[in-house]
Amino acid sequence: MSKLVIQGISRQFPGVRGAEPTRALEPVTLSVADNDFITILGPSGCGKSTMLRIVAGLDQPSTGRVLLDGAPVSGPGPDRGMVFQSYTLFPWLTVKQNICFGLREKGMAQAEQDRIAARFIAQVGLKGFEDHYPKMLSGGMQQRTALARALANDPKILLLDEPFGALDNQTRALMQELLLGIWEADRKTVMFVTHDIDEAIFMANRVVVMTARPGRIKCDIAIDLPHPRAYTVKTTPEFAAYKARLTEEIRAEAIAAAGQEGH
Amino acid sequence: MFEPLKPVSPGLRIALGIAFFVAFIALWAGLTLTGIVPSLFLADPLKTLMAGWTLFTEYGFLTDIGWTVWRVLGGFVVAAVIAVPLGILMGTFKTVEALLEPFVSFARYLPASAFIPLLILWAGVGEAQKLSVIFIGSVFQIILMIAVIVGATRRDLVEAARTLGARRNGVVYRVILPGAAPQIAETLRLVLGWAWTYVIVAELIGASRGIGHMIMDSQRLLDTGQMIFGIVVIGLIGLISDFLFKLGNERLFPWSLSR
Repeated sequence: MSKLVIQGISRQFPGVRGAEPTRALEPVTLSVADNDFITILGPSGCGKSTMLRIVAGLDQPSTGRVLLDGAPVSGPGPDRGMVFQSYTLFPWLTVKQNICFGLREKGMAQAEQDRIAARFIAQVGLKGFEDHYPKMLSGGMQQRTALARALANDPKILLLDEPFGALDNQTRALMQELLLGIWEADRKTVMFVTHDIDEAIFMANRVVVMTARPGRIKCDIAIDLPHPRAYTVKTTPEFAAYKARLTEEIRAEAIAAAGQEGH
Repeated sequence: MFEPLKPVSPGLRIALGIAFFVAFIALWAGLTLTGIVPSLFLADPLKTLMAGWTLFTEYGFLTDIGWTVWRVLGGFVVAAVIAVPLGILMGTFKTVEALLEPFVSFARYLPASAFIPLLILWAGVGEAQKLSVIFIGSVFQIILMIAVIVGATRRDLVEAARTLGARRNGVVYRVILPGAAPQIAETLRLVLGWAWTYVIVAELIGASRGIGHMIMDSQRLLDTGQMIFGIVVIGLIGLISDFLFKLGNERLFPWSLSR
């Protein structure tokens, strides 16, 4: 059974001062299987983040609906964990308190919160930083905390909106390995939005390519690389073949997107 | 030395700050001790210090200071207790903002000192009138400034909280309030400074004690030394309260220290 079903969702933004409304997302239909890791790949401005925000319940679709385990999504909730591109740790809470935010909201006993927090702090490699405030952390550490915060809530699906987009290349590669390792251990259903082809192939079982705005699904490619994957998979011929194919697919859209910016 | 936005070392910062005070007092002494400005209009620094000594030893100036401090704090605390929750409500709920914002924006421009004759009519010349001046001068400013701070809450933090399961109360008590707290404290520090200017105005009229009253009395006696000493004391108390407030804010909100 599909964990997440997206049924014909589209999104229009009203025009400013009498202008035509902007069509950000054409009707999109997509399902995500339980325990799958799917990446949504597309040029910037293609509506992929809009789609993710609708799944999270932070935005409402103009048409269509989203079903999670068969139940329609009407607003944000703890069953869909989210990691944002911007740094969204609560600056007044320590690393540990940030990770416990959702648990406390559930009214969980402190001892139980501590136990769960300790587990995820260890999993994202932040032991020793429990009592640090976000401003004392590097960008990579902040995003690892954000990942732990989303995972600690034990969501049914993890939504990631270019979470490593603001990090340098080396940190970004390490974060990909970290996330992939977590997925390989727990097989939590993941939907990951990115414009980085390597990132999309390396972590995913399935890459969905979107067109330039207004966004539609252009193709849906299964990534048949064995798990567990190490970073060395990026230099294999199979990886290169996927990359060549996706580069072709995305290049046409990037050109289209660049052309639109002139208007 | 004049590199834009380049920080200065702490030592140089203190030295420059003191240097300006010294230069100011030197200019003051130069103008008065040489007789360029007659002492009838401006007492020299020495006379001012001696006048201050007389004030403390013979006129019980400490009691005056005590009364003024109590009026400022009393009026300010009442204003803050009412204004902070209202400001938070206005910033959080756009309906409350639509209801109150136009009136508060208007009331903010009503000069507190212009209310003094009316307040004397309503409340007499007692403490209630003094506290009311401070209250009127502070309350609308605090409401508006806090509404703006709360309204500027980072939306991405609210969204993150909602994806973590927070509902309305969770968003208000666990995101909006802690996020705005340091700036709210900073606003209170600023408005407390303004309250000091209102209290003196309130004491210039119809008061029988307080720093402002002392200054009025000294004017009758043409004692510029006492007048200047009173003004300097107000400045010093302001400086001390500002310093204490800053210290408290740094202790309370270590996470927001900008470095």
